[in-house]
Order: sequence, then structure tokens, then C-alpha cells
Amino acid sequence: MMTDTSLSPLLASPRPNERVSRDLLRRGRWKPAEFVFWLIVAASFFFLPDRHLLLSEIAILGLFALSLDLIIGYAGVVSLGHGAFFGLGAYVAGLTSIHLTGEPLTGLVLAALAAGLLGLATGPLLLLRASDLTRLMVTLGVAMLVLEGANQAAWLTGGADGLTGVMIDPLLGRFEFDLFGTTGYAYCLIVTFAFFLIARRVVTSPYGLSLRAIRDNPLRARSMGIPVGRRILGLYAFSALIAGAAGALLTQTTMFVSLDVLAFHRSADVLLILVLGGVGYLYGGLLGAIGFKLLQDWFSAITPQYWMFWMGLVLLVVVLIGRENLNALPRTLLARFRKEGRT
Amino acid sequence: MLTILIDGIAYGMLLFVMALGLAVTLGLMNFVNLAHGAFAMIGGYVTALAMNRLGVPFLLTLPFAFLIPALVGLVAERTLYVRMYRRSHLDHVLFSIALVFMSIAGADWLLGSSQMLITLPPWLQGRFEVLGVGIGRYRAFLIVVCAALVIVLQMVLAGTRFGARLRASVDDQRAARGLGINVNRIFALTFATGSGLAGLGGALGIEIMGLDPTFPLKILVYVLIVVTIGGTASLTGPFLAALIIGTADVAGKYYVPELGAFLIYLLMIVLLILRPQGLIAPAR
Repeated sequence: MMTDTSLSPLLASPRPNERVSRDLLRRGRWKPAEFVFWLIVAASFFFLPDRHLLLSEIAILGLFALSLDLIIGYAGVVSLGHGAFFGLGAYVAGLTSIHLTGEPLTGLVLAALAAGLLGLATGPLLLLRASDLTRLMVTLGVAMLVLEGANQAAWLTGGADGLTGVMIDPLLGRFEFDLFGTTGYAYCLIVTFAFFLIARRVVTSPYGLSLRAIRDNPLRARSMGIPVGRRILGLYAFSALIAGAAGALLTQTTMFVSLDVLAFHRSADVLLILVLGGVGYLYGGLLGAIGFKLLQDWFSAITPQYWMFWMGLVLLVVVLIGRENLNALPRTLLARFRKEGRT
Repeated sequence: MLTILIDGIAYGMLLFVMALGLAVTLGLMNFVNLAHGAFAMIGGYVTALAMNRLGVPFLLTLPFAFLIPALVGLVAERTLYVRMYRRSHLDHVLFSIALVFMSIAGADWLLGSSQMLITLPPWLQGRFEVLGVGIGRYRAFLIVVCAALVIVLQMVLAGTRFGARLRASVDDQRAARGLGINVNRIFALTFATGSGLAGLGGALGIEIMGLDPTFPLKILVYVLIVVTIGGTASLTGPFLAALIIGTADVAGKYYVPELGAFLIYLLMIVLLILRPQGLIAPAR
């Protein structure tokens, strides 16, 4: 990560425990750039009132990608089926509003819990064999199972026609979800920010540190006494929970669910988003969502039918250049700039 | 009952021919190539276009359905894939998904999104009876062709110098390099052959699986399942896995259509729980 590994705390502190907790505190401190980012996000609500629908979509995609970042960037598990949790959350939120209550927060909580439970139930499959291919296939298989399930259970989900009749009550009983998406955007932003805070707290905690150890070297982590399986499982379920919440947000702001939320391209898109933004520092998903939506808008304006081709090309170039190089680009440019300024 | 079994075996054989290239890529270079289905699609389109636009007979198109994807595979391997070998699996996945997206949109753009149909020659249509069991002529043709392919491949792998080098490279790449085997060249050749086989499979499969621009995604899941279950240690593993998946899929669609595609995913997960190392585990 971007932390400097200076030796000074190592020499200064008398006890290792204190050193560790100080180091963790330092990692957990908010950097100025983070304040700027969230201020800009908050400002977008007030200064781009006619773009709230698009912005809501970005916030939802950002939250979804954030959840994927947790398992890829912090646990090193590559998933091709994260859309399963997103879709499940979307359906649970929709069904809640139809059969139970239109109250949005209840739907959100239920959707997140359902997705988290699915994560907890399918997570052990990831631990069978720690090969990336098996994990890819297991996650993909689970996603396909959920998609087939939703497709077959047409009496519940409406099948290929989608779930209609989703009605969402005003938020907190006061703020009506309007046509321009203003309430929706505020709702999405607040939920996204809240989950971001929790995720940030988790990854900067000692727990998060142990996850990083697992990602970098599972064997060593195990021999240090970190319960690798349980940690991965816990984080996977947490990530699934957030993805479910993102799905619920989509349902509640668009008031419609279709099988599209479970389609394979959801899982692939969210990977692409995360990679555009960068893996392993939590902001990657949010930044990637902005980049992805803008690119998608731009490409589909040029070639409405074949934007997928250009999206693929962008991804190809990103991967060929190398994700690390791309993420490090601003810093190397800055370093070069400084050096030239000095001479 | 037996008819379904034979249909399933034909389908499984087809899956095996398509999956073989992927198994070797994975075993040899540890490369997760999700774009493998794109080569199968190229082969399918070669046959479909040659038959429909140029009027070439079905059997004559098959060599081209092998050669053209093989050539494309060779070029792609030398220019693109070769840069990716040392990267992480996440990069492999992203890279090959990008290729899948591009191939889908590209095929859509060039050839339209409609289903491609071909008319088989009359001697491959209809069915015949053996001991009271109805067998589709085309299914029997598939089984014969694929079985011949499998036997030839097995002979090449087990009996030729190239096969010995390939096996050595799969088992221990570093030691093979140390012995002076040009692993890069072997890999390029194998990649091309695998792509060609996928193309051939795509061409043979038009009649059974259909062909449209989303073909790479559709076939991807099946092929990946075969490789995941079968393991990459030998030909036997993927072969068995392909037969199991093929038969299960056909039988499932016939007997319990309401389950749909449920069955094969469930089967995959169950098999993975039972044999996490693959059906035939590597000796190491």
C-alpha cells in the first residue's frame, strides 16, 4: 500500500503491542485527499441536480464494486459471481416491498442480511481448494444457480418478465422518492458512505491487517496462527452483505427488478469497474464506477449497439499496460515533475 | 433411455474436443483463458459462412474450421497472450473477459446477432435403429469423429517426441526448460492446436448448440466446468468429466426440464466437494 515503512516507530516504542496499535492508528487516519473526495461527492448532490439518476447509478455501482474490492483486494479471492449477491439483494428488496412493507430501510436491511447469509452458506465452498480456477468456478456456479433459481421460480420473481409492482414508501416517512431521483440519490449516497465507513474501519483494524497477511501469503499467515479459513469466510459474508445492500438500492431507486440483475455481465462489469479504479484501497470501486459510467455513456452515444467492444478494448489496454503501472502513473508523473522542477 | 445416453455421449465428446485446448493452456502455462469459447465461435462461423455463402459441402468446411481458428490462436498467442503468462490470475481473467466482450461485439457487428443455421447433408440427417435403439445419424457421426480425434490425440501425446516434450513441460516447466526443451514453442503450437480443436468443436456443434454472437459466453461455462472437474493432469480427467457433464445435461433436460441448467451447476459443486483435486488427481 501507500504507507512508508520508516523504522522510527520501531526504535522509539518500548513494547511491540504499542507499536502495532500506533501503526494501525496511523493507517486509519483520514488523509486530506479523502476529505476532498467526499466533499466533491457531497457537492455533486447540490450542483448537478439534473444528473441525479445517473449519479445514483454510479453510487450503487460504486458500493457494489467496493464490496468486491474487499474480497479481491483484501482477501485475494477472485470472484466471477459477485452478481449473485447483488441480484439476491435486489430481489429480496423488491419482494419485501410487495409482500411485507414498502418501508425502504426494512427492505435494505433484509436484502443485506439475505445476501450475507448466502455468502456465509456458499463461502465454505471457496475453501475447498485454494486454487483460483476452482474459486472462479464455484463463484460462477453459485451465481448461475441463483440466476436459474430466479428464472424457474417465476411464481415468486416474475421470471423473465421481471418483478413489477414494487412500491417504495417515503424515506423515514417524510422524503418521497421523486421522478428526478433527488431523494434516491441522497439515499444512495448516505447508504454508500455508511458502508464505506464500516468497510474502512474493518480493513484498518487488526482484523483487516490479518486479512492482508492472508492475501500476501496464506501459508505464512496460517503458521502465524491466523485462522485463514474463518477470516476469508467472514470477509466473504461481509462483502456479500454489502453487495446485497447495493442490489437493494437499485431496486428501491428504480422500483423494478428483472433477471438482468443476476446476469453474468453484472459480475464481469463490476470486476471491470474495480480494475479501472484500482484494487485494494477501497476508493478504487467508487472511482472506477465514475469512470465506467462515463465511458459507457460516451461509448453508447457513439455506437449504441457495440459499446461492449470498446469497453473490452479499454479493459484489454488497461491489463496490457499493467494495473500496477496504471495506478502508479500519477505518482511517477508527480515524481518526475518534481525532479525536473529541481534541476 | 439408450438414445438419451448416446445423445449425451455425443454431446460430452463435443465438449471434450472444445475443452481440451483450455485444459492444456491451464495445465501448461497456468493460464485461465476464459476467451477459449471465442475460438470455438470462429470455427463455427467459418463452417456456417462457407456453407451458406459459398456453398462448400459440410465435410470440406471442417478442415478450415480447424485451421483458421488455429491460425488466429497462434497469432493471438504470440502477440497478446505471451505478455500475460507471468501476471496474476486476476489479470488473466480480466484480459480474457475483455477478449470475450470484444469477440461478442465484433461478431455481432460483422455478422449480425441472429442465429446461424446450417443444413446438414442428407446422409447425416434422420436416425437409424440398432437393436431397437434409435440413434441420430449426426450423433453417431459426432461420436465417431470425436472418438477418432481422441485416439489420435492420445497417440500423439503418448507416442511421439512432441507429446513427450509436452508432457514434460506440463509436469515441470522449469526442469523441461533446463533440459533444453523449447517450452515457448511447444506452448505456441499447443495453443494453436487447442484453438483449432475448439473451432472444430464449434463447427460440429452448430447443429446441437446453435451459433450466435453470445456463443463464447454460453460455451464458456460448460468448458470451464469440464476442466475444473476433470483437472488438468491428464487427458482422462477432462474426458470423463466431459462425458459426465454431457450425459447429465442431456438427461436432465429430457427427464427434469423444470430443473433447467440447475443440474450441471449442482453436479459441478457436488463433484468439487467430493473430489476437490479433480476427478483424476495429479500424482504429486
